[in-house]
Amino acid sequence: MRGNFSTITKIFSAGVIAAGLSMSAPAKAADDTIKVGILHSLSGTMAISETTLKDVMLMLIEEQNAKGGLLGKKLEPVVVDPASNWPLFAEKARELISKDKVAAVFGCWTSVSRKSVLPVFSELDNILFYPVQYEGEESERNVFYTGAAPNQQAIPAVDYLMSADGGSVKRWVLEGTDYVYPRTTNKILEAYLKSKGVPAEDIMVNYTPFGFSDWQTEVSAIKKFGLAGKKTAVVSTVNGDANVPFYKELGNQGIKAEDIPVMAFSVGEEELAGLDTGPLVGHLAAWNYFESVDTPQNKKFIDDWHKFIKNDKRTTNDPMEAHYIGFNMWVKAVEKAGTTDPDKVIDAMVGVSVPNLTGGYSTMMPNHHITKPVLIGEIQADGQFETVSQTPGLVMGDEWSDYLPDSKDLISDWRAPLHCGNFNVATGKCGGKGTN
Amino acid sequence: MILLRAIGLTLLLTMASLLPSQAAEADLRAGIAKFATATNFSATEAVVRELAASGDPAVERALSALADGNLYVRKTDSQIFVGKETGDGIDLLDPLSGEKAADAAKADLAKIKVNNGLRRIIRDALGTLTLRAKDPAVRLAAAATMFKTPDAANIEPLDGAIAAESDDAVKSMFEQARAASILVSDKPEADKLAAISVIAARGDRDALSLLTSVEANGQGAVRDAATGAIGRINSTLALWDAGQNIWYGISLGSVLLLAAIGLAITFGVMGVINMAHGEMVMLGAYTTFVVQQVIRTSFPGLFDWSLVIALPLAFLVAALVGLAIERGIIRFLYGRPLETLLATWGVSLVLQQAVRTIFGPTNQEVGNPSWMSGSFDVGQLAITWNRLWILAFALAVFAVLLYVMKRTPWGLQMRAVTANRRMAASMGIKTPWVDALTFALGSGIAGIAGVALSQIDNVSPNLGRGYIIDSFMVVVFGGVGNLWGTLVGAFSLGIVNKFLEPYAGAVLGKIVVLVLIILFIQKRPRGLFALKGRAVEA
Repeated sequence: MRGNFSTITKIFSAGVIAAGLSMSAPAKAADDTIKVGILHSLSGTMAISETTLKDVMLMLIEEQNAKGGLLGKKLEPVVVDPASNWPLFAEKARELISKDKVAAVFGCWTSVSRKSVLPVFSELDNILFYPVQYEGEESERNVFYTGAAPNQQAIPAVDYLMSADGGSVKRWVLEGTDYVYPRTTNKILEAYLKSKGVPAEDIMVNYTPFGFSDWQTEVSAIKKFGLAGKKTAVVSTVNGDANVPFYKELGNQGIKAEDIPVMAFSVGEEELAGLDTGPLVGHLAAWNYFESVDTPQNKKFIDDWHKFIKNDKRTTNDPMEAHYIGFNMWVKAVEKAGTTDPDKVIDAMVGVSVPNLTGGYSTMMPNHHITKPVLIGEIQADGQFETVSQTPGLVMGDEWSDYLPDSKDLISDWRAPLHCGNFNVATGKCGGKGTN
Repeated sequence: MILLRAIGLTLLLTMASLLPSQAAEADLRAGIAKFATATNFSATEAVVRELAASGDPAVERALSALADGNLYVRKTDSQIFVGKETGDGIDLLDPLSGEKAADAAKADLAKIKVNNGLRRIIRDALGTLTLRAKDPAVRLAAAATMFKTPDAANIEPLDGAIAAESDDAVKSMFEQARAASILVSDKPEADKLAAISVIAARGDRDALSLLTSVEANGQGAVRDAATGAIGRINSTLALWDAGQNIWYGISLGSVLLLAAIGLAITFGVMGVINMAHGEMVMLGAYTTFVVQQVIRTSFPGLFDWSLVIALPLAFLVAALVGLAIERGIIRFLYGRPLETLLATWGVSLVLQQAVRTIFGPTNQEVGNPSWMSGSFDVGQLAITWNRLWILAFALAVFAVLLYVMKRTPWGLQMRAVTANRRMAASMGIKTPWVDALTFALGSGIAGIAGVALSQIDNVSPNLGRGYIIDSFMVVVFGGVGNLWGTLVGAFSLGIVNKFLEPYAGAVLGKIVVLVLIILFIQKRPRGLFALKGRAVEA
């Protein structure tokens, strides 16, 4: 009885839809729009970083609609708030895909939140655009990584510090917050530094808890470590909120960038906004985008952003550019596929190439990572970065690090015929496991 | 008239050409002008080195402007100027005389880029150039730079400077810099041994770092002398290290005390489990931000006073919010700790989100007044001003609070109500109002703690979250209901934490402290200083 009833409903609703389509009349408002899911925390600890990304997505969707939408339909943003709560990310992702029937989702910041939604995306077969630099060691069919992999940020940053321009650094402090991104990145960096002949006693690794605010001991340990007569630098994967007290302590204890530069991977314009950067001039950050980059595209982007957010003081940053690239790639892939069906779009994504904000083009590679330039910037007194070094060409994201024994044989290629995110070239089998 | 002027001008010109400094100035100007054509860092570096090699102190202005990122090329005529930012444009100063030459909009200028390497080179160059500067502080800085970057070529200028120096402190610094330079030169062994003893007498980490490299590269008697000196310095430094840990511990303790002291009243004295305590701290910090914002836009001259102005306001704001929470929610929940906990937790979320909606989710910049920036040395201890002020402030708040509780009629009523509510009510004390005011006091104190914490932490909606657990830990450890317990608890937790951190790391250190507290509470459930007598809960 029950079965019969549901069959009847299905037939009935299918008929309605078919009728709606054939008459090409607006039967329901929802049929007219393509829904785009935005999965960023708007409350809780991560709101500080993620709210901006929600806003930039709304801006991009609004602009696309002003250009006439996509496939003749308007785009409709669906915003949910996973509240910095990792299991809630999975729940909200499921809600977006099953209930709201979104065509793609743009979201997540921390690696934990990404890991928590992965099973949902592969089960319900939808698309996630992940805009933040991360530790690598992952390549999923349903995820497109528009942030930097370690070789697009960490490795070039260390190379710069080792070069004559960067001060020929010989001694390294790897300072990080205690969670998966810093731990994996530091593992890769340690292996990389050792492969470059840095002895173990010249590397100091230290971790602090999330939101750490009392940096006195750590900073004086760095100071002490730096007095061994060799040029020393700090590579910082300290996350989010903990950075402000860290930099304040550096400034107060008089660690100058000329003596011990700090190279940060998680400090962007947004983090510096809460800080008097006078004492920090010369400390470094490695990203694929800086607000100070002087290109017409970037100028337009910043102007649009200020207009949209109605505040001239709001900064732009690297993950925002990643969403800009990711969104435009998705639009192009949907146009190419002629449908928003995730399966077809996923296939159409590889090879799509769109302008980035630094004056070049970024291309989606078969491993679902993109090509980007790597910029090294020094903090200026006005809270901006000034580019002091830039890779000559674009760097392709390498998901499986070549410097970790577990992942050096793995590659990823989501095109036919391989269709594999963790192919082991040594054994010739799909299904290798990296470090995570 | 015109003729007279022309004669004057010619006269002036002839005189100018006769003066040797005038010719040198032209050379310097030509040298500085080369910055305009330097397109990359190594080209700029070459120009810097050339200017430094001139040995003329006049280049100092241009070089230090370059290091500060204030040296500009005017796009129209490729002239070099030192820029000084004004409200909407930039004042252009002459790179040699420092006099105002013109002004320009930012778009018409190109900044000459510097990086860390260049800044270092400039600093070293300025060291040699400013050895004879008028200001003793500049000479001292020059000597300190030369000490850190020893070079055999420095010995000669240093010899001259030592002979001419009258200030004892600067002179001894010069001598140390000279000794450092001797160690990297090819002077005879006897000179080097003397130099080692000069440096060893300095006894700090910089000396240690220098001697370590001497030990690694030297031979024979020089190396032995260096090894001996390193040993002596290390043993004194070990003592200083312990002292430093104690200082760090005290300063962490003062932060904990500030965060916990309001809670010592609301939780300790009244017994309300107030999860929104951290948000009161956060409100205080945001009040500071608003005060600074107003001062920045309307009264820039008052900036150094911003914290003093913010203190009473932060107290008022937090106290009023506290009062509203007590009157609106908590008074219906006395005696139901679990519900109080949940309700105040809810309040904390509401307050956080409210602040997030009003001010935005990003960090707000709260500046340090000049008297709270930087650090000073006591022996080998670097003490930062902001930490010292926070310590003094925490102790002052504690003293005032203690006075209020022990010596004022209000304090007496508060203690009476907490000791025995019904008896107090029978004596004519309006217990509901005492409750409300006590809660407001506790919240207000949390608010002024926020003013202090805004100086060392992020001012973001999450500010309070980081302190709530620590605050409860301090109050429970110190003994509920006892202010002295909170004081001792805060400082002992701070010091234990800082002694563990270098060995166990920050993450493990925190865990160890937590385990220690749990064990301690097993042994003494009422904390360090248990309240004696027929007090509190029946």
